[in-house]
Amino acid sequence: MSVSGKLREPALAKRHRIGQMFEWLCCGSTWFGVVVLLLLLLSVGWKAMTWPTADADAADRTAAMKADATSNAVAESARPLSTRFLTSYDSRIPQKAGIKAALWGSLWLLLFVGLTTVPIGIGAAIYLEEYSNEGRWKRIIQVNLSNLAGVPSIVYGILGLTVFVRMFGLFGHDGKVLDLNLGFTVLAVPLPFERSVISGALTLSLLVLPTVIVAAQEALRAVPSSIRTASYALGATQWQTIRHQVLPAAMPGIMTGVILSLSRAMGETAPLIMIGALTYLARCPGHIDSLSSAWEHPSGLLEAPFDVFTSLPIQIFNWVSRAQPEYDHLAAAGIIVLLVVLMCMNTAAILIRNRFQRRTQW
Amino acid sequence: MSVAQVTSPLSIKSPSSLTRRFSWTRAREQIIRAVLFLCGALSLLTTAGIIVVLFTEAIYSFGGTAFFQSVSITDFLFDTVWAPQHPDHPRFGILPLLCGTFVIAGLGGIIGLPIGLASAIYLSEYAKPKMRRIVKPVLEILAGIPTVVYGYFALVFVTPYLLRPIFQTWLGFNVDIFNALSAGIVVGVMIIPTVCSLSEDALRAVPRGLREAGYALGSTKFDVSLKVVVPAALSGILASFLLAMARAIGETMAVTIAAGQQPRLTLNPFRGMETMTAYIVNISLGDTEAGSMEYKSLYAVALSLFVITLSMNVLAQWVLKRFREVYE
Amino acid sequence: MTLMQSFSELMHQRQQRETVKRSRPVETEVTKLDVRNLNFFYGDKQALFDVSMTVAERSVTAFIGPSGCGKSTFLRTLNRMNDIIEGTSHNGQVLLEGQDIYARDVDVVALRKRVGMVFQKSTPFPKSIFENVAYGPRVAGQKQYKALVEIVEQSLKRAALWDEVKDRLNDSALALSGGQQQRLCIARALATNPDVLLMDEPASALDPASTARIEDLIFELKQNYTIVIVTHNMQQAARISDRTAFFFQGYLIEVDATQKLFTTPTKKQTEDYITGRFG
Repeated sequence: MSVSGKLREPALAKRHRIGQMFEWLCCGSTWFGVVVLLLLLLSVGWKAMTWPTADADAADRTAAMKADATSNAVAESARPLSTRFLTSYDSRIPQKAGIKAALWGSLWLLLFVGLTTVPIGIGAAIYLEEYSNEGRWKRIIQVNLSNLAGVPSIVYGILGLTVFVRMFGLFGHDGKVLDLNLGFTVLAVPLPFERSVISGALTLSLLVLPTVIVAAQEALRAVPSSIRTASYALGATQWQTIRHQVLPAAMPGIMTGVILSLSRAMGETAPLIMIGALTYLARCPGHIDSLSSAWEHPSGLLEAPFDVFTSLPIQIFNWVSRAQPEYDHLAAAGIIVLLVVLMCMNTAAILIRNRFQRRTQW
Repeated sequence: MSVAQVTSPLSIKSPSSLTRRFSWTRAREQIIRAVLFLCGALSLLTTAGIIVVLFTEAIYSFGGTAFFQSVSITDFLFDTVWAPQHPDHPRFGILPLLCGTFVIAGLGGIIGLPIGLASAIYLSEYAKPKMRRIVKPVLEILAGIPTVVYGYFALVFVTPYLLRPIFQTWLGFNVDIFNALSAGIVVGVMIIPTVCSLSEDALRAVPRGLREAGYALGSTKFDVSLKVVVPAALSGILASFLLAMARAIGETMAVTIAAGQQPRLTLNPFRGMETMTAYIVNISLGDTEAGSMEYKSLYAVALSLFVITLSMNVLAQWVLKRFREVYE
Repeated sequence: MTLMQSFSELMHQRQQRETVKRSRPVETEVTKLDVRNLNFFYGDKQALFDVSMTVAERSVTAFIGPSGCGKSTFLRTLNRMNDIIEGTSHNGQVLLEGQDIYARDVDVVALRKRVGMVFQKSTPFPKSIFENVAYGPRVAGQKQYKALVEIVEQSLKRAALWDEVKDRLNDSALALSGGQQQRLCIARALATNPDVLLMDEPASALDPASTARIEDLIFELKQNYTIVIVTHNMQQAARISDRTAFFFQGYLIEVDATQKLFTTPTKKQTEDYITGRFG
C-alpha cells in the first residue's frame, strides 16, 4: 500500500512549482506598491532635509544670495524643511522661501469646499436613497454620477474657468462689483468671481461632489431599514425619520467619506491651475496670516473669499517648474507638508470609521 | 400589577379624523423634498454645464466663432503638426497630442494593469488576513497621494536615478530629462490602487462554491485562481482596466511635470512628449487672451479628452452590466 | 392527552383568569376595524385573496397560519406599513371606525399615530431609553419636557417596564435585555397614544420567561386598546386572544371566537393545522 507514492506524480510536481512561482509573482506585485511608496517617501524626505551640494557655478550663486540674504538680515535655515519654511512667504531666494501663503490658501479652499459639498452632498444622497423610490430620476442621476466621477479633473478646471472665473464673459471686459449690504458692513462681490478663492472652491466642490454623494449614499444604505420602519410605525413623517434616526446613525460613515473627499480636493492641482491660481504670491487671502490678525481686521474675513490665492500643490508645482536646483528641495519640503496634512485628514477619517464599526451592534 | 388602572393623559382620546389637512408639517415635508431633489439635480446641471461650455467654445458659438468654425475637423484630426502659437501659420493637428497621451497611458497600462491585477489576485486568493491589513492601507495611501507629488518623483528621481543610469549609461540610448517613460512609470504606479481594489472586489464576489468545485476536481490553487476565479470575475476586471486607463488618459500633473511640453509625433519613450492634458495646463499658465484661437483650442482639446474618457467610462459600465454573472 | 384536549385545558385556565381580571361589566362589542374584500399584491404576485373580517374594540385578535400564509402582510395593511415597500398594490377597503384608511385624502402619518405597531425583532433606536419612548410624542409636536417626562413614565408603566428602568432612563436602549427591549418597543408604541396596537410575532425571538411577561402585558393592555397579534405559536393564540383568524395561502380560511376555533373548527384545513397535520 504505497499511497504516498501514488500521490506524488512528477507532472503534479511541475504544476506545483508553477503555482509557487505564480504566488511569488503576485506577492511581489503586491509589495511593489509598498516599495514604491517607501522609495518615494525616503527620496522626498532626503531632499527636504538637505540643500543641493554646491558645484562651482552654484557656489557663486549661493554666495550672491547669501550676501543678499544677510543684507536683509533674515536668518536662513540649514534645511529646506524648517519652522521658518512654514512661516514665510515665497521668495526669489530659495533659502528664504516658505509656504505660508499656500497653507492659508489651502485652508480657505478647504473651508469653502466643505461648506458647499457637505450640505449639498448629503442632501443629494438623502434624495437618492430615501426619496427617489428607484424611479427614473434616480437612475438618471446615478448613471450621471458615475460618469462625472470619471471626468478628468482638468475638464472641471475648464468648467470653473468659464463659469466662475469668467461667467461666460457676461459682465463685460472689466466686470462689475456687486455691493451686498449685510447691515453691519458692505460686502463687495466682484462679478465675475475672477481668480479668487471662491472660484477655486466652487470648482473643487463640483469635482468632489460625486465622490461625497456616493460615500454618503453608502453610509445611508448601511442603516438598517428596521429603524426606518419602527419610526414610521410611531407616526413620524419621512423627514422626521431621516432627521432623527437615519442621519444620526449614518453620520460617522458620511463624515469619513467627506473627509476623504476633502483630502482629495486638497491635493488637486490641475483645476486650480486652469482657473489661474496665482503661482507667485507673497500674501494671504484677505491679508489674514494668523488668528490674531483675523481678530484685528475682521473685515479681512469677508474679503478673503474674493481675494487671489495660492495653494499647497500649486506652490509645489511652481517650485518644481523653476530651474534652480534649490527649488527642487523646496518643493520636497512642500510635499512633506502637504503629505502630513493629508495624512492627518486620513487618520481622522479612519479613526471615525473604527469608532463607528465598534459601536454598530444593533 | 394594577398598571392598567392608571388614569393619565394617555387615556384621553381626542376624536381625531384621518383626513389630510393642511399643516406646516406636511408643507415642510414637501419643501424639504424639493430642496433635496435640487441637490441631486445639481449633478445633472454640472454635466450639462460641461457639455454646454465645451460645445459653445469648440463646436458652435452663437455670438462669435467657435474653434471648429475656423479650423476644419479633418485638419484637426489628421494634420500631424500641433503648432497653435506659430505667428503666421498656426496648425492644429491633434495627432501629436493624442500620440503623447496614448504612449504615456499605454506605458502606464503595461506597468500598472498586470501589477494591479496580480496584487488583486494575491490579496483575494493567497494573502492571510494579517497581510491584507498591512497592504490595503498602503494601497489606500498610494491612491491618496496627489498627482503633483508623483510628477515630482518622476522628474527628480525616476529619470536621473533610474532611467538615465540604465538606459543612457548602460544601453546607450539618449534619454531626455523630460521623457515619456518616466511619466508612464508613475502613471502606472498611480493606477495600481484603482485596478487592485476594483478587481479585488470582483474576485471576492466569486462564490466559494465555485472555488471548492475547482479544488474537488483536483486543481491546484494556481489552477483555481487563474482558470476558475479570474474568468468568473472577468467583467469586473475588464471594467477596472477600462476605468484605470481612462484615469491614465485624463491624468494631468504628473505628465505635465515629467513628460515636458513638446508636441511630438513619435513612439520613442525616451523623448519628451506633450499630452492633451499637459497642453491645456501649459496654455493656461501663459497669458492667453480670452477669445484668441489659442484659447479656443483649449476647449477643442478638452472636448476630445472628455469624449475619450467618457466613452471609456460608459464602456466600462456597459461591460459590467452586460457580462455580469449573477450568483445567488 | 390529544392536542384538542390540551387546548380545551388552556381555554379553561384562561376563563378562570379572565373572570378574576374583568372586574368591570363586559361592554357590548364595538367594531373597531372592518376589512372588506381586501386583495393585496406584491408586484404581480397576489398575497391576499378577498379577505373580509372585523375586529372588535378592546379585544385581542390573533392571526395564525403557516409561514408565508399572508398573516403578517395582512397585519401590515392595517396601518399601511406596506406603503413603504416598492411595487405593492391592493383593492378592497379597510375601515377604521368607519373611515377607509386607504382613501385618497387620508394622511398616513395620522393613521399610524392611531394604529401603532410592534415588530418581531425588537428595534430600539440607538439612543437612550427616554429618547426612545419620547420619540413618538416628540415627532407629533410635543415639545414640553414636563409633558414628555409624564408620557414616558406612563407608557413605561403600562408596558410593565418602569420598575426595571426608572433609575437608568438615560442609558442606551441597546443595553437592555431582549425581553426588556421588546417591552420598550411596546412602551414606545403606547406613547403615541394609539387606539389599535398591531403586534407582529412580538415574542417569537424571546425566551419563555420574557414571553410570559409579554403575554401578561397583552392581557393588561386589552382593557384600553384594541390588539391584533400575529403569532405562529398556536398555544400563544389560545392563551391570549378573544378571536382567532386562520390564514392559509393568502386566504382567510376561518375566523371565530378563539375557544370555538380551537375546539370545534368548521373547516377541514383549520382542523388539520391546529392538530399539527401540517404547518
